[in-house]
Amino acid sequence: MEKKTVVHPVIWIQGAACTGCAISLMNSPYPKLKNLLLDELVPGESIGLRFMATLMGGTGELALEVLERTKAEKNFVLVVDGAVPTGEEGRFCTVGEETFADQVVRLAQSALAVVNIGTCSSYGGIPSGSPNLTNCISVTEQLHQRGLDTPTINVPGCPPEPSWFVDTLARIIMSGIPDPEEVDDVGRLKEVYGKLIHDNCPRRGDFTTGNFARYLGEEGCLVNLGCKGPYTNSPCPDRGWHEGLNWPIKNNHPCIGCTEPGFPDLMSPFYEKFSMEEVNDMYRRLK
Amino acid sequence: MKRVSIDPITRIEGHLKIELDIESGRVESARSSGTLFRGLEEMLRGRDPRDAQRITQRVCGVCPAAHAIASAQALDDAFGIKSSIPPNGRLERNLMLGGNFIHSHVLHFYHLSALDYLNPHDLEELELEDVSLRDLQSYLKTSDGAPFTHEYTGDYRLGTDISSDLARDYLEALEVRKKAHQMVSIFGGKMPHNMGTVAGGATSRPDIDSITKFMARLEEIEEFVESRYLPGVVEVAKIYDDYFEIGKGVPNFLDYGGFYLESSLDSHNDTRKSFLGGVVSEGDEEVRVVDFNQITEEIEHSWYGVRARGHPTETRSTPSVNKEGGYSWVKAPRYENKPHEVGPAARMRINYLSDNGLVKPEMTKAMNTAGIGIEQLNSVMGRHLCRAVECRSLVKMMKGWVEELKPNEPSCAGYEMPDEGDGMGLACAPRGTLGHWIQIKEGKIANYQLVVPTTWNASPRDRRGVPGPIEQSLIGSDIQDPDNPLEAARIVRSFDPCMACAVH
Repeated sequence: MEKKTVVHPVIWIQGAACTGCAISLMNSPYPKLKNLLLDELVPGESIGLRFMATLMGGTGELALEVLERTKAEKNFVLVVDGAVPTGEEGRFCTVGEETFADQVVRLAQSALAVVNIGTCSSYGGIPSGSPNLTNCISVTEQLHQRGLDTPTINVPGCPPEPSWFVDTLARIIMSGIPDPEEVDDVGRLKEVYGKLIHDNCPRRGDFTTGNFARYLGEEGCLVNLGCKGPYTNSPCPDRGWHEGLNWPIKNNHPCIGCTEPGFPDLMSPFYEKFSMEEVNDMYRRLK
Repeated sequence: MKRVSIDPITRIEGHLKIELDIESGRVESARSSGTLFRGLEEMLRGRDPRDAQRITQRVCGVCPAAHAIASAQALDDAFGIKSSIPPNGRLERNLMLGGNFIHSHVLHFYHLSALDYLNPHDLEELELEDVSLRDLQSYLKTSDGAPFTHEYTGDYRLGTDISSDLARDYLEALEVRKKAHQMVSIFGGKMPHNMGTVAGGATSRPDIDSITKFMARLEEIEEFVESRYLPGVVEVAKIYDDYFEIGKGVPNFLDYGGFYLESSLDSHNDTRKSFLGGVVSEGDEEVRVVDFNQITEEIEHSWYGVRARGHPTETRSTPSVNKEGGYSWVKAPRYENKPHEVGPAARMRINYLSDNGLVKPEMTKAMNTAGIGIEQLNSVMGRHLCRAVECRSLVKMMKGWVEELKPNEPSCAGYEMPDEGDGMGLACAPRGTLGHWIQIKEGKIANYQLVVPTTWNASPRDRRGVPGPIEQSLIGSDIQDPDNPLEAARIVRSFDPCMACAVH
């Protein structure tokens, strides 16, 4: 007899975001979005994407009904895209009758785990850049402030390449919340984010031999143009983007450090090389 | 009188609430509210001007290439290097933006709008031959997952044959829009938020490898656009032909033009652009030249302080959460003090009336096939049709731009960044016309303002109480069942709202 597929319900909500994370996921080569929606993600298990405002049929109250019904089942994974604006009692972002700051807490209370897709939900990201008028914070910080201990895992990137998210989600579906030793000190799966860009950069040879690009558009190591590869962990050099078609450094553009806490402020000016003092200061502030 | 609040409007970008007052089945009053504010303009102040190309893309994950180009052109202008962009840099910018347009337009018709006309649950009991649809069918029978959660009830009249065609194209279009993003990435490094558009041009030199990879995808996309997308839109539009009369908005249309044909444009009104700019009112044959001093933003019903009112070179975007009379984070842009619709319907009308040889034949053919005249373009189906025609025209233009690329020649001009300077950067964006204004002082951004397509379309009332384009297109519409305001959802989605853009 054929074994029945286990379906893991997923709720995807959006706060202070640009929808780039959802659009990036739609670019997933394999599994395709169609596979993610209709097929098994790993043998015997599939995800049931119940609520995702960008794609779902229902509008308004019909959409929110799906959210509440899935929440009541209490066996869902909550995916959050976007930072949490907490200034002015959260009124910078509202969904239906509630603020996003309340919504994310209310749903996380019933969720098995929270997956933060993108740098905004993981660490605050772009909307938390100075002067941060809306007092945007990460989802994990918001849950801590409200006294919740639902496990969270971060999938940063602005946006993340789709496989970083798919791998993290598949890992949770296959074997539950990762153990602490599988996660780095800023909440990312080591299996995905374990390597420094600079250590795996195809232009590391240019760095070693002193072949530095002097202006944008020139080949060579990009550190003098402000490349943040030496301070940034991501699988960009290994996996590339769009099935390895290209990635920023291959495209002659310095890395801007979008997978790290403190992006964008600590990583900018993007096109300036940091002094050792600035680098030390950055590491101090990241800890 | 019944008040209906639709929140969230799904299948758009971002956070939009629509409120309707319905009297005897007709919308008496409508309010469009953007419900997320991030404050990116204020955040840009004090930063390195070059960082604007990276940060402003993060306004929107659906149309970042448009912000990249508007921002890069604002910097080109402020740095005094407008006329030194190498041809490869101009062409790569056009091609990246073109790829972004295709992704956005295909996404909009199939993945954001089609479910307003196609009820996937109609397919549940059909005998289907297409295996990919059988997957979908078994999914529909066993799950209530997005994207196929229950929709508003109402008149879904496509019939089973066209419904299954559209469902099949929905799935195929997922791959088509992905290929379009891959095209952007070939010259942009990644998408969303490309890392190729910079002041001075673009970072990567085209070579044989990138050209062939780009061309192959463009050919595949062309086949889909010609054989499925444009004919599909016409087919749906003919069945829903009453929607050529529904959703009529404001009678004024604006676009700045874009997709440069030459690198050295003398002024922002230079006509050496693939899509021409202009401003026109309904019934007029003559397209007027845009006077950029006539663009203002009003904030009487937006949650901002008084300094946010005026021309984009003079304003700030400081929030005022408790402001009396405020009901949206979207400002109210006005041209000559009047609301204007922007977007493909405005752009195609302007280019049709301007006798643009790259657009007019396509528009004429599409309007003839659909059996409509220019007066029906200001409507729900008019907007869908213009978007598809625009996509088809662009695919053709893009083939020409690829041919013009000079392999292994420079794509980026060098420059010295000045300590002081002002710049205006204008671009065609998928949802309409886009402007960025920058002021640089002491080597830093002193002020940065964006007036974005959906800021125009989703704007609230202005100081004279005149509603914005989406609001006006809803007012006077018939709603059969206020508990299932399907007609309103169709009208709002026809504008392809992008709220992260509109507010930023």
